[in-house]
Amino acid sequence: MDITRRVRFEAERVRGFGKEIMAVPGCERLFSCIQCGTCSGTCPLSVYMEHSPRQIMALVRADFKDEVLRSNSIWLCASCYDCTVECPRQIRITDIMYALKQRAILEGVYPKHFPIPILAKEFAAMVRRKGRITETLLVMRLFMKANWRAVLSSWRQGLGLIRTGRFVLRQEHIERRDELTAMLAAAGNGTGKTKETP
Amino acid sequence: MKNNYSNGEVRVGFYVCHCGHNIAGMVDCPAVAYYISRLPGVVVSRDYKYMCSDPGQELIKQDIKEHGLNRVVVASCSPLLHEHTFRHAVEAAGLNPFFFQMVNIREHGSWVHTDRAAATDKAMALSRAAVNRVRFHRPLETTRVPIHPDVLVVGGGIAGIHAALTMANGGKKVFLVERDPSIGGHMAKFDKTFPTLDCAACILTPKMSAVRSHENITLWTYSEVVKVEGYVGNYVVTVKRKPRYVNEELCIGCQECINACIFKEAKFPDEFNVGLSKRKPVYIPFPQAVPQAVVIDPMRCLHFKTGKCKQTCVEACGDRHAIDLNQKEELVQIKVGNIVVATGFKLFDAKRIPQYGYGLYPNVVTSIELERLVTSSGPTGGHVVLNNGRTPQSVAFVLCVGSRDHKTNRWCSRTCCMHSMKLAQLVREHTGADVTVFYLDIRAPGKGCEEFYDKSLKDGIQFVRGRVAEVTDWAVTPEEEGKLVVRVEDTLAGLVRRIPVDMIVLAVGMEPQADSQDVRRLFNMSCGTEGWFLEKHPKMAPVSTFTDGVFIAGCCQGPKDIPDSIAQAGAAAAEAMALIDRGYIEQEPNTAYIVEEDCSGCKSCVPLCPYTAITFDEAKGKASINAALCKGCGTCVAACPSGSIRQHLFEDDEIFSEIEGVLAHA
Amino acid sequence: MTYNYFPGCSLKGLGRAYEESLLPVMRHLGVEMAELDDWNCCGATAYMSVDEHMACVLAARNLALAEKAGPQDLVTPCSACYLVLNKTKHYIKDSPEINATVQRGLGAIGLSFSGKTAVRHPLDVLVHDVGLDVIKEKVVRPLKGLKVAPYYGCQVVRPYATFDDAWNPTTMDRLLKTLGAEVVHYPLKTKCCGASLTGTVPEAGLRLTYILLKEAVRRGADVIATICPLCQFNLDAYHDQVEKRWGPARIPTVYFTQLMGLAFGLPVEQLGLNRNFVPMKPLPEVPAPA
Repeated sequence: MDITRRVRFEAERVRGFGKEIMAVPGCERLFSCIQCGTCSGTCPLSVYMEHSPRQIMALVRADFKDEVLRSNSIWLCASCYDCTVECPRQIRITDIMYALKQRAILEGVYPKHFPIPILAKEFAAMVRRKGRITETLLVMRLFMKANWRAVLSSWRQGLGLIRTGRFVLRQEHIERRDELTAMLAAAGNGTGKTKETP
Repeated sequence: MKNNYSNGEVRVGFYVCHCGHNIAGMVDCPAVAYYISRLPGVVVSRDYKYMCSDPGQELIKQDIKEHGLNRVVVASCSPLLHEHTFRHAVEAAGLNPFFFQMVNIREHGSWVHTDRAAATDKAMALSRAAVNRVRFHRPLETTRVPIHPDVLVVGGGIAGIHAALTMANGGKKVFLVERDPSIGGHMAKFDKTFPTLDCAACILTPKMSAVRSHENITLWTYSEVVKVEGYVGNYVVTVKRKPRYVNEELCIGCQECINACIFKEAKFPDEFNVGLSKRKPVYIPFPQAVPQAVVIDPMRCLHFKTGKCKQTCVEACGDRHAIDLNQKEELVQIKVGNIVVATGFKLFDAKRIPQYGYGLYPNVVTSIELERLVTSSGPTGGHVVLNNGRTPQSVAFVLCVGSRDHKTNRWCSRTCCMHSMKLAQLVREHTGADVTVFYLDIRAPGKGCEEFYDKSLKDGIQFVRGRVAEVTDWAVTPEEEGKLVVRVEDTLAGLVRRIPVDMIVLAVGMEPQADSQDVRRLFNMSCGTEGWFLEKHPKMAPVSTFTDGVFIAGCCQGPKDIPDSIAQAGAAAAEAMALIDRGYIEQEPNTAYIVEEDCSGCKSCVPLCPYTAITFDEAKGKASINAALCKGCGTCVAACPSGSIRQHLFEDDEIFSEIEGVLAHA
Repeated sequence: MTYNYFPGCSLKGLGRAYEESLLPVMRHLGVEMAELDDWNCCGATAYMSVDEHMACVLAARNLALAEKAGPQDLVTPCSACYLVLNKTKHYIKDSPEINATVQRGLGAIGLSFSGKTAVRHPLDVLVHDVGLDVIKEKVVRPLKGLKVAPYYGCQVVRPYATFDDAWNPTTMDRLLKTLGAEVVHYPLKTKCCGASLTGTVPEAGLRLTYILLKEAVRRGADVIATICPLCQFNLDAYHDQVEKRWGPARIPTVYFTQLMGLAFGLPVEQLGLNRNFVPMKPLPEVPAPA
């Protein structure tokens, strides 16, 4: 029987967090949320989330940054955009989830071997290096960093991929890689908000 | 007509009001008064705490007498508030009220500045401009327009009926025009009404009968207004009377013709039962229809479609000869002084939200459809049944369908929470089913309504706070097989739930009628961004419109329930009767006028007038303005290429001198 | 008809059957698809999780390359690429901040993007540009008796429902009917397949996949037709895991272009049908894939 005291104090709020998220392009209408719950009702992943999308909106508005960034909810968002399309206030909930993901990655707030942010960072790193991703290589890197045992349990799928010729090991890349580097550098190389190398 | 020129010398009295702290807090009033006192022609220049008060007005009156003032300028708040007050005061002292000019240094001055020096500077500039201008004011008279005592009420729902009865009881002759073949509106379709659970028909039909039998009411059903000409007190309205092919005076409502109709089975969707049952081409809208006369629908009647019908209906009518298949559409002109528009609302089309499955899955119904199912005189005799004839064991009410939604209608339709709870109670009573109401908020203001909510809770109706995301027909667990599944977040409990039910009821919101834009143009009314007809002031004048003599009542002004519709109808009736009993209306003389000699007959002005006040006299080759219709908007004045159109209170010399006053200060 | 063609990383890897069937079908219809020179990864959903400014810059390079290559529309088959490229276009237009970042990046490599290039999906191009009449003429082997569940997935209709309805799209339904197939009523046609969660958080991601497979089987479909490489992968390559967790729901999933190829009588070996984990059952006159 879990007996824990759960009152939330104002000191836990990170003032301005809600406004900061609202300032991200696409997230302007966050404050129009009337907490109707349509987003959670339509979200296919809401049944797995610690906090429903609606609760995340409430927590962001109330500046409870820590609770939001530590929640599994933002990672479970598959960005299917059902919520965004259904919201009666036309709030771009998916884009808010992306903004939260970005901040969580920046602050390194997630369990050590949690695959989703690791995948995102590995993906980004591979794109920056090669210009394109090779799925099989990416997945292998993911396994190594997140859960190498999963390689063992996925052996059948791996064989299937080899059998059907979908197991491509040759690294895809663009020719003008220096162009890519120059472009990203000129653009700002990450807006100082992210640590893009894993 | 008062003329105080004093040998052509202009003697101006200037007053700047402190308005307590409202103006004085930001504008240095004594400084303004001093500044103006130095201008030529200014005899008196004062500052005072509250000019609109009795002592303030007394001050003006005293000064006019003592100092022989013949022009008055007050610098204070918006003319919308007190221009009338000061004009009145000036007139009481014997001066023409239009020798007065008001300057707004509050809404345009102190309230929009944060810098005292700048605010004072602007107040000085504006005051100087007004003092300049007022010397050119001419003495003007308000005109009186007589009011025709008859009234037109458009729309025969509960609001229209109540307005008509009130005015008729007051001795006025009322024309009640209704588009459908019977009066009664939406209320006639209801079973019981909230919060009292009164039977709608029982409380409505006496009023409907009263309309029919009232000697002062001329009831024209199956008719529409097609043209409105004239102005307040003197409207000429053309009404199109559609042929029902039955003589109302002769028909006794025995319905023998319906029985005898060549169509043995009813085949066509019944409008009154919102498509849930069928009717024949010859029909009576509903049992308590007023007038109690039959209608023949020419789009469905064999005689009109093919010309070959045995006309068994005519035969059945026999000696009464009430059926007249040669009846023609009639255009009738009537003269009325006032018009009350009570054209009601329409319901949101649930097909616009496919996520709820309306029209896609069976047993998804709208609130009005359920209303017909629940009514004992409805298509199922009051039995709430599914499409397979069985009684539902579980029913879900989905609220806010099409309302409070930026993708469809942004507003709250005000009545659906109460309406849904009422239906929920009735369904539970009729079927014993498990009823769940899915809501965003429960809005139950009004007398008896919170109690009604309480009763709903006590009746065992489940309330789940969560806006329904979707209704689906695919099952995840065995208990969902064959049912409609509501997926929703129960926000209060913090759980995502899947709830299988037999029947879904969509609480569709209210919308303006489909032809509301055409109708409002007919009566020269404005509408708000949402499409509802616009009242003159949202708080202080809810039933008048910007067109004098045209009033609005009921849901055409915005969603509301029956008590509020009746209250508004009564208010509109009272305002109309006030005008009629006074007998005249006073027109503000800030109207445009044409200097005929200068008019070149180019006709540029005629189509520009938003109030259709300008006509063209072909014989004379000159345009002419009807002062009673003119609202003084100034469009024609600005557009006239020959400058032959001028405007009282906005003459060229008045405007230019005002400009000079501002510039001189700078 | 000519189009610029952005395959996306997946069509060269796990989703190669999509390209293998798309290009011959387009050729057969006289549509030229010019692969964008030196295109880079669009960033998909992953880069957007890291930094939306850089994600837009990456995607914008492709838009700029397309604009440079000519005024024709840019066709991209992968739903994620389709969404990202469209989203980038919108962001560039609506957010001065992102626009500035993008123009800075592009400017440094001598590129620019005016916003004119249209980003289209091949389903849209085939049905609305080429037209169902033209497609019908090319059908030599009508897919009679084949019950198909049309599955669109999420990112091609949400949030930018440019060529079809977001809730009940019918473009593919109509196309399949034109090919002679029987289209099954499939109410989950736009529900998410689980995306990358099937690999990272399988208990959640695979559940979504399972629901799609189960309902398609229940509705009596012989095959699911899809338009996105990740959807195809999820619906095709996880049957063992799905069966172990919740029970069997075996049904093949193919690309709609593969069905088009079959209907056009194109050589079966070249349509990539052998790349399925769960092979499609043979049609009466159609030889089964190896």
